[in-house]
Amino acid sequence: MSAPEASSAAVPTLTTNNTLRNAFGGVLSFFILLLIGVLAFSIRLFSVIKYESVIHEFDPYFNYRVTQFLTKNGIYEFWNWFDDRTWYPLGRVIGGTVYPGLTLTAGTIWWLLNSLNIPLSVETVCVFTAPIFSAFASWATYLLTKEVKGAGAGLTAAVLLAMVPSYISRSVAGSYDNEAVAIFALIFTFYLYIKTLNTGSLFYATLNSIAYFYMVCSWGGYTFIINLIPMHVLLCIVTGRYSSRLYIAYAPLVVLGTLLAALVPVVGFNAVMTSEHFASFLVFIIIHVVALVYYIKGILSPKMFKVAVTLVVSVGLAVCCAVIAVLIALVASSPTKGWSGRSLSLLDPTYASKYIPIIASVSEHQPPTWPSYFMDINVLAFLVPAGIIACFLPLSDASSFVVLYIVTSVYFSGVMVRLMLVLAPAACITSGIALSQAFDVFTRSIKFQLPGVSSKTEVDAGETSSATKEAQNDAVKTEKAEETSKDRPSRKSKKKEREHVEKPSTKTKAEKKRLLALPLEASVISLLLLVFLGAFYVVHCVWAAAEAYSAPSIVLTSHSHDGLHVFDDFREAYAWLRHNTDVDDKVASWWDYGYQTTAMANRTVIVDNNTWNNTHIATVGTAMSSPEKAAWEIFHSLDVKYVLVVFGGLVGYPSDDINKFLWMVRIGGGVFPHIKEPDYLRDGQYRIDSQATPTMLNCLMYKLSYYRFVETDGKGFDRVRRTEIGKKYFKLTHFEEVFTTHHWMVRIYKLKPQKNRIRGKTKKSKSKTSSKSSGTRKKNPWL
Amino acid sequence: MEGPIRAREALALTLLSLLFFLSRSSALHDLLISNAERRIDLSSHIVKVYLTLKVENAGSSPASEVVLAFPPSQVDHLATVEALATKGKRKKTTFVRLEVKPTELPDAPNDTKYFTIYLANPLNSGESITLEVLYMLTHSLEPFPAEIGQSESQLVYYRDSALVLSPYHIKQQTTFIKTPSTKVESFARVEPTNRAGTEIKYGPYEDRTPYSFSPILVHFENNSPFAVVEELVREVEISHWGNLQVTEQYKLVHAGARHKGVFSRVDYQSRPSFNGVSSFRYLLARLPPRVHSVYYRDEIGNISSSHLRTDSRKSELEIEPRYPLFGGWKATFVVGYGLPLQDFLFESSEDRRYLNFTFGCPLIETVVDKLTFKVVLPEGSKDPSAVVPFPVDQHLETKYSYLDIVGRTVVVLEKKNVVPGHNSHFQVYYTFKPIFMLAEPLMLASAFFLFFIACIAYLHIDLSIRK
Repeated sequence: MSAPEASSAAVPTLTTNNTLRNAFGGVLSFFILLLIGVLAFSIRLFSVIKYESVIHEFDPYFNYRVTQFLTKNGIYEFWNWFDDRTWYPLGRVIGGTVYPGLTLTAGTIWWLLNSLNIPLSVETVCVFTAPIFSAFASWATYLLTKEVKGAGAGLTAAVLLAMVPSYISRSVAGSYDNEAVAIFALIFTFYLYIKTLNTGSLFYATLNSIAYFYMVCSWGGYTFIINLIPMHVLLCIVTGRYSSRLYIAYAPLVVLGTLLAALVPVVGFNAVMTSEHFASFLVFIIIHVVALVYYIKGILSPKMFKVAVTLVVSVGLAVCCAVIAVLIALVASSPTKGWSGRSLSLLDPTYASKYIPIIASVSEHQPPTWPSYFMDINVLAFLVPAGIIACFLPLSDASSFVVLYIVTSVYFSGVMVRLMLVLAPAACITSGIALSQAFDVFTRSIKFQLPGVSSKTEVDAGETSSATKEAQNDAVKTEKAEETSKDRPSRKSKKKEREHVEKPSTKTKAEKKRLLALPLEASVISLLLLVFLGAFYVVHCVWAAAEAYSAPSIVLTSHSHDGLHVFDDFREAYAWLRHNTDVDDKVASWWDYGYQTTAMANRTVIVDNNTWNNTHIATVGTAMSSPEKAAWEIFHSLDVKYVLVVFGGLVGYPSDDINKFLWMVRIGGGVFPHIKEPDYLRDGQYRIDSQATPTMLNCLMYKLSYYRFVETDGKGFDRVRRTEIGKKYFKLTHFEEVFTTHHWMVRIYKLKPQKNRIRGKTKKSKSKTSSKSSGTRKKNPWL
Repeated sequence: MEGPIRAREALALTLLSLLFFLSRSSALHDLLISNAERRIDLSSHIVKVYLTLKVENAGSSPASEVVLAFPPSQVDHLATVEALATKGKRKKTTFVRLEVKPTELPDAPNDTKYFTIYLANPLNSGESITLEVLYMLTHSLEPFPAEIGQSESQLVYYRDSALVLSPYHIKQQTTFIKTPSTKVESFARVEPTNRAGTEIKYGPYEDRTPYSFSPILVHFENNSPFAVVEELVREVEISHWGNLQVTEQYKLVHAGARHKGVFSRVDYQSRPSFNGVSSFRYLLARLPPRVHSVYYRDEIGNISSSHLRTDSRKSELEIEPRYPLFGGWKATFVVGYGLPLQDFLFESSEDRRYLNFTFGCPLIETVVDKLTFKVVLPEGSKDPSAVVPFPVDQHLETKYSYLDIVGRTVVVLEKKNVVPGHNSHFQVYYTFKPIFMLAEPLMLASAFFLFFIACIAYLHIDLSIRK
């Protein structure tokens, strides 16, 4: 009740304390940010501590190999690199088909360190690129959220992002993939966009284009930016929030950004040709029309303006219809309607499973399940709605952007589990806003309820944030006012003005405080609950980082009663291939292992994880699904010398080739119709036991996986499928086993050399001899 | 530049050898070997030959050198020749190490190569001395058949002479050949020849003239690991902050009979003693005591199969390559470890220090075809010199590491055909002022200082054009 008096008494002390408090808060938030960076970096080191400093999974191995090439041969060689070690006999133009952002980043870091004579290996740099950029990403989140709702929300959002499991899953040490740097680029581009929107500065607009360029370099997900920002601009225009700041934020981005994007070889003319970019051009036209309208409105009288509008609208509509008709005709003439397959499957979630099995076969392109939301963003899922509400109180340009961002990313994450990654920053930002606002309200009401404290503990964390936030909001308002008079104050005078603005507002603030006050007990309990919620989030994130997302997947471990057991079979096989086969030998395997084979074994592969040529993959799939002789002929025609299969039946490794086999059949059958999926299924069920179809039991994949498997335990019990295998004793006629790893997880077979052609024999008898085993050869008098 | 020097050297050499020839030609013929006993140990892939010679001076002038002769086919594989002179009798026997050097003799029949043993005291006429000679041969067991399957055991040829090749008259000689097992396919007979258990005895032969030669061939089973390191680069980095970092890069190969056809894991796992008998899985490395932070990896990451046992006297590292090595299979790996500096670095005089370290390969029973030993001295050290007990190629390099500006001097020692017999100590001397240790910390501190100064300056300067 004595609050008004207290606050009015506190006015002089407040003004003298203000500069000090600002400085103190600045230093404090700087150190908090530093700690957040350290947290983001160190929480991702579980993989190095629990396993080793090694590149993870599949795609990172390709990126690592490209980086090695870059550091060894330089940037010009890199652009011109034609890789003949992959997609044999086609090869691949690496320089023109990769997003070079990640490799150039790591290459630059490596070059910088080496020029300082710090001899870190390329591998080490690659392993730690992702954690470093996670720290950058959390700082970028701070900046973005600070622009939206003040420093307090910024810090909260940054700390949430530093350990959000969804992002950790893609950026643990060793996970050297495009997303590692792209998320930073994404957030930073958004930050610069909001910053431009708030300040209307052309400097930030240029920076924004450059950040967008970096994003285009880094990840195909840049299309999200170039669609989201136009959407926001459109939203602003529709809701009547058009301003010159919006124009400055958007127009340079489209022009400069598109020009810069076209410089990236992999994008090139796609930046103006494909449908993914059309929305931005359309909005670009619209914003100019709107700008023109506002300009004309400014110089004409209201009456004249009305006349002009009717005139322009009637003419404009006709022109627009013509243009749109031409556009539609152009787009419709291309088979995919100008959209790439992955983008189309985003718009129509059933598209991939219908038309492109190769996209559908990748597990990260599947829609996520509900538990995976809880796993990946945890309590943020509950805080997001609160954050959205907070964004509407009051709605500014920036907060409307956040709302739009979260809504679209929720949709995209629902289509593809991989895009959960785009949702994570949005969820962190909104949750950060929600948490910060909640703390704000609760601490303020506690302070209000405790009269003795209110006058003295002004330097409370929540209070500081709210004060600075409000100060900034006010500052933004004043800046807006100043913008119209085209007067930009310098940094120092801006600060002063902020202080001036704050003084008169304190009294009204006190009034507001009184209205928003909650009961003391409720506030304390709610605060405690929020702290518990945060603690739960931290515990979950640490658990996820340590247990769920740190496995490098090329080395597996299992805990048994006699301690830790390590399955290092993949590298065993790759090392064997590297050292004991000829350097130009071709190795055929399913495309999952292509990148690893080229990077670790340094051998030429037929197909790899860059699934650009469906026919080629289908050929390998067909060979794997064919009987031995037909498969031998396919492989021989591809000059293959070794065939590599992954088999988990002995130790129970579930993601082996037998479990992926149906995709091979489907993809193979999609191109070569003689491979029919029903032939491999018994009553619609996929099985490898004695009930399996003869086609299944005679296909190459079955034979290579289970060759002499029965001799291990006498029964041939497959621990993945939990059944005894159907065909136990058989011989290979066209292949011979040359290497099997310690736990049988990788088996390598060599194609037997072609038999000598026998003169005077008919074709029929020749095929007969070749299908016989080598044991019967002695009977032939010609040999 | 090189031409004249070479010519001069050659001239000097010929002059010297002429002089030697004049002085020695009599000595060569005056010495005679009253008894020669040779024991050839074929149990591993490194052939060790223990030769006991009783040399008598039958001439009139005292002799100070004894010459050993080797056929040219053996000289290429000869890794080391050592000689000891025995003194005293029976229990009081003491051994004196003698200097051995390769020499050229002008009238060598059939390209015979020579090594000269320099006696400590000249052998007077009528006196006799017993010499113990040990020499090791590498790559001297030729696998036959050259390609074997997984379950076959490895058979090898060993070629030598039943008689000791010598420029001297040998009154009586015997040769014993020890094979690793009793499985001997065949052996050449030069009567009298006996075989008992794992030993084949040639001789005794009486009164053989100089350069007597009688080729023999032994074909026997040898399944010991034919572990050959084709190339080994050992790098020792000295840090005066108290650590010695050793990095060893291996290129390992199984040099036995080549593996042919299939490798079946099920056979290998079910009966490892029978299937894959010629292969090997483990290697043992003897490391210095007090070794720490040992790692074992290759170019694609850590290799998890290794064990380290340490006690106060030695450390043993048992390493297992990623896959068992069959004939002709290769593997590369890196072993690295840290050692406390005070165990290996000593001060010889003011600012002059020396590193005392073992040469050779830490893996036991392995041959190294080419060993490169790099000693990285700390930045700012001067006048490096290496003292190695056997001839090696030396040169200097510069290496840049952790914020170096002038670079570190690297003493590079290269030697071919290294056997465990070369695991002896060598020294690298250099001058180093301890003040250089502070260079890098000071550099870092000043860099940070300047950075903060710059920050402060930036925050206090108003760079805006309009006030």
